[in-house]
Amino acid sequence: MREGRSPAFWFLAIFFALYVLFLYGPMIAIYVLSFQGPQGGLTFPMNGVSLTWFRKLWEGNGIIDIGASFQRSLGLGLTVMVLTVVISVSAGMAFRAKFRGQALLFYTAIASLIVPSLITSLGIALEFRLLDDYIINHFGDWGLQDIADTWETAMGLYSSGLGAHLTWTLPFGLLIMFAIFNRFDPRLEEAARDLGATPWQTFRHVVLPIIAPSVVGIGLFGFTLSWDELARSSQAIGPVNTLPLDLQGRTTTVTQPDIYALGTVISAVSFTVILAAVFVIRLLQRRQAAHGSDAGKGTV
Amino acid sequence: MALVFLVFFILPLVFVVVVSFWDYNDYEMIPTFTTRGYTDSFEGCLAQLPELCTILKTYVQTLKFCAIVWAATLTIGFTVAYFLAFEVKSREWQIILSLICTIPFWTSNVIRMIAWIPLLGRNGLVNSFLQAIGLIDQPLEWLLYSQFSVILALVHLFTFFMVVPIFNSMIRIDRALIEAAYDAGASGWQTLWNVIIPLCKPGIVIGSIFVITIVMGDFVTVGVMGGQQIASAGKIIQTRLDALQFPAAAANAVILLGVTFLIIAALTKLVDIRKEL
Repeated sequence: MREGRSPAFWFLAIFFALYVLFLYGPMIAIYVLSFQGPQGGLTFPMNGVSLTWFRKLWEGNGIIDIGASFQRSLGLGLTVMVLTVVISVSAGMAFRAKFRGQALLFYTAIASLIVPSLITSLGIALEFRLLDDYIINHFGDWGLQDIADTWETAMGLYSSGLGAHLTWTLPFGLLIMFAIFNRFDPRLEEAARDLGATPWQTFRHVVLPIIAPSVVGIGLFGFTLSWDELARSSQAIGPVNTLPLDLQGRTTTVTQPDIYALGTVISAVSFTVILAAVFVIRLLQRRQAAHGSDAGKGTV
Repeated sequence: MALVFLVFFILPLVFVVVVSFWDYNDYEMIPTFTTRGYTDSFEGCLAQLPELCTILKTYVQTLKFCAIVWAATLTIGFTVAYFLAFEVKSREWQIILSLICTIPFWTSNVIRMIAWIPLLGRNGLVNSFLQAIGLIDQPLEWLLYSQFSVILALVHLFTFFMVVPIFNSMIRIDRALIEAAYDAGASGWQTLWNVIIPLCKPGIVIGSIFVITIVMGDFVTVGVMGGQQIASAGKIIQTRLDALQFPAAAANAVILLGVTFLIIAALTKLVDIRKEL
């Protein structure tokens, strides 16, 4: 395929390289700067190399407990990841057959992707506020005065926060599932059925192994999108903060490189997850190749 | 899935619309019908004509951001997608290079915003460099916490949303069509303009919808990169929320939603009309 390169190729290749530089340059700059020496400031040149700012970050400055938000974000991210995978795969399977409201559900998912995050977030906040008001004012009528008296809020990381994140990750999961099943050969399932497999066996031993690499991809989307999610969380997360919210809170007072250290830590988690996912996907694909199947070479 | 969307998407939107017609005071919402949320937002708009009032000015500003960011992401996104789809011939490299473009999307937006600070700040790399080569004496103040930095960051963050759908359209184009165009004597530009671009139109429209809706609703980028000084449609809502004026925030959300849908409707019309011509 590699015949002579046209001038257009070189122009475009340089353009692409510049785009990549534009994408990564600034990020790399702050990763480097987070290792700034104790006397160092917010910009280059580096003033020695140290881990001062990471230590400072870990100790906290008395206001923000980074360790706690770190754990919260991690827990929420993992939950969102699992739910996104399970729900997307089930929905993806369901969409292969026709059912009532199919088109409606699909357009809802797309709309959920398009409606500005802040509005979704605001809506969820209102919904939960009204629910709280209702519980506090009306649960007494039902003989549940105890609950009404001690009730604070239904909003929280794993209620409103989780829901807000799912409205963001599920559409991506669903779209990836569509991409997979568009090139999935249903004859494989028929063959399994003809050999006497139950629907569950067919799914477990035929469908799942083939779509596994893409399912890992959905998990990757689920986790990373939740891990970095900010706009939807802003109103809907309840009384506690996630890591991105802490980070945003700090941007108004950027005076020391510890904010870069925080950025480096958050990114390190993202990159670990991305690398792990890519590694697993490669592994699964290689296993498929070894077994002589060319099905399910889905893109991530 | 339907349940999740019902509870966390459809119902919340319904509440936004309902609450936008509620009254409010300093600390709570009052469920009586009023259009105060809307009238407050447009307060003094008629009186000030022909001068634009705050909210209209803000929307004009937001639309301006939209237009600039849209043009920039479309140009960059189309070029990058074109390179990936047509110039990179091996599948392996296509995957690797797409992955390189995708990885930043999986990392935090806020970090990618603050990443500009060491570059654009008063003593940042750009200013130091320009001063070192003697192009300027004073550091340029408009590099950071300005409209420029907001637009730069938006382009930086969201070009990805253009690249993916356009790339998707491009790899579906039958290569035989392009060869046919060349065989029929079309130049490279003619092929691009008359064959490739029309066939990429769905991708372009989808990408545009993504970019425009993101920019319309954005308040984080405008906040961080504008040093909390620049107004945008999203920031109005946020300010109202900080003041706990939920009905007013909801009213603004409805207005924003309306404007956004008008733009999307116009975009999808544009394509259909062209298809019929």
